[in-house]
Amino acid sequence: MEALRTVKYEEELDPGFAIEVAALPGGEHLWDCIQCGTCSATCPVSLYMDRTPRQIIGLVRAGFRDEVLRSRSIWICTSCYACTVECPARVPITDVMFALKRLAMEDDRYHRSLIPRIEKAFVRMVNANGRLTESRMGMKIALQTRLAGSASLLRVAWRLFRRGRLRPFHTERMRHPKALQTVLRAVKAGPKAREGAV
Amino acid sequence: MSGEYLYYPGCSLKGAGAPYEQSLLAVFEKLGLRLVEIEDWNCCGATAYLSVDADTAVALAARNLALAERTEGQDIVAPCSGCFLSLTKAKRSMEASPELRARVTSALRQTSLAYRGTARIRHPLEVLMTDLGPAEIRKRVVRPLKNLRLAPYYGCAILRPFEEVDDAHTPTILEELLRTTAATPVDYPYKSRCCGGMLTSGVPGIGLRLVEILLDAALEAKADALVTTCPLCQYNLEVFQDRLGKARLPIVYFTQVLGLALGLSEKSAGLDRLLWRLPLAPEVPA
Repeated sequence: MEALRTVKYEEELDPGFAIEVAALPGGEHLWDCIQCGTCSATCPVSLYMDRTPRQIIGLVRAGFRDEVLRSRSIWICTSCYACTVECPARVPITDVMFALKRLAMEDDRYHRSLIPRIEKAFVRMVNANGRLTESRMGMKIALQTRLAGSASLLRVAWRLFRRGRLRPFHTERMRHPKALQTVLRAVKAGPKAREGAV
Repeated sequence: MSGEYLYYPGCSLKGAGAPYEQSLLAVFEKLGLRLVEIEDWNCCGATAYLSVDADTAVALAARNLALAERTEGQDIVAPCSGCFLSLTKAKRSMEASPELRARVTSALRQTSLAYRGTARIRHPLEVLMTDLGPAEIRKRVVRPLKNLRLAPYYGCAILRPFEEVDDAHTPTILEELLRTTAATPVDYPYKSRCCGGMLTSGVPGIGLRLVEILLDAALEAKADALVTTCPLCQYNLEVFQDRLGKARLPIVYFTQVLGLALGLSEKSAGLDRLLWRLPLAPEVPA
């Protein structure tokens, strides 16, 4: 019987991963990290993560591509920037998380959960209408989480409706969404910028 | 100070955040400041777009900046903290990368828009406290809100990462505004702790816990209400109280509190559109 191995061997790592992440907007300060853990200590949700922000950065640098991209942590980050303002090495950790989200989706090896689904739905809705219709987005989420029938949700939805804060048949859209779509198409057609997002 | 600003509402203020828009417009009018809505603005991209596509996210936000720059010399007022940060971040990204800026600029040119990077993006809290100032605001207060204890809650985006509105660690601007109304800002330890963001719907097991921590601290401080500057914070903290089975804590916008003090009725400050009303002493007719 083959023994179950829980460690990775050097040759199984992806040495190019760190270089790839360091080249993404937000990744340029990757090598400044001193692994002090201030980010993990500051993060309001690190205790729910499978890998803390400090570990994520350490794993990126060591080449653990699969572990990082499939991690749940990057989707739990709410981008509150608490880590970014505390980091003594000035690593914009929140931006690293954003870069990893994008890379995980591009690689199609992201943690399958509701958050990436919501983000994709958000982008689709904005691309179509130029704006977000909150109520419709809320209904989509409610249906996906089977919360639609929950008494609390219905009670709150009714009260918001009564106060004109939830309009079930209203679509928030631009007068000319095409004007926006032209711009977005033109940006997508160009080469990717390799640096720059703050 | 021209007293005229370009108004970028963002999608939330047209949805569940409607009381924010209502009270903001009323307060600015009352103070003699003009807000002109940017024509056919689009979504700022929020955090969702940035998680999917970085360059397109910047272009999306930049289109709004280019629209605003058609009117020379006026600042953009973005009341939603999320929009405020998205627009600011896009502008800074293009400042940091001439390559990105060139790409976005040429894409905008396809619709005859020019991006020059001149428009300033501002949050109304900072606009009121800088352009008008606390002394001037205090002069206009006709209904001092004595005996009202308020928990000042900043959320994240107007402080972090850029400290555009106030210091990231020890902000005081919201307390200073509340003091102009004679209300008492309580010492609130979690004033810039995360409200849960999208986790309240995406991963409720975590998101609702974050909400609960904020509510408990405000109740502990014996606050009558919690004051927010952002429609997502307001929504998270208000709507999920029912599910958490908490004591009902009114979650009000800073513009609503200020509006009341300036003489707006509860109805015109949009307070009747919140799930829980602010406990106010009956107004004594003058």
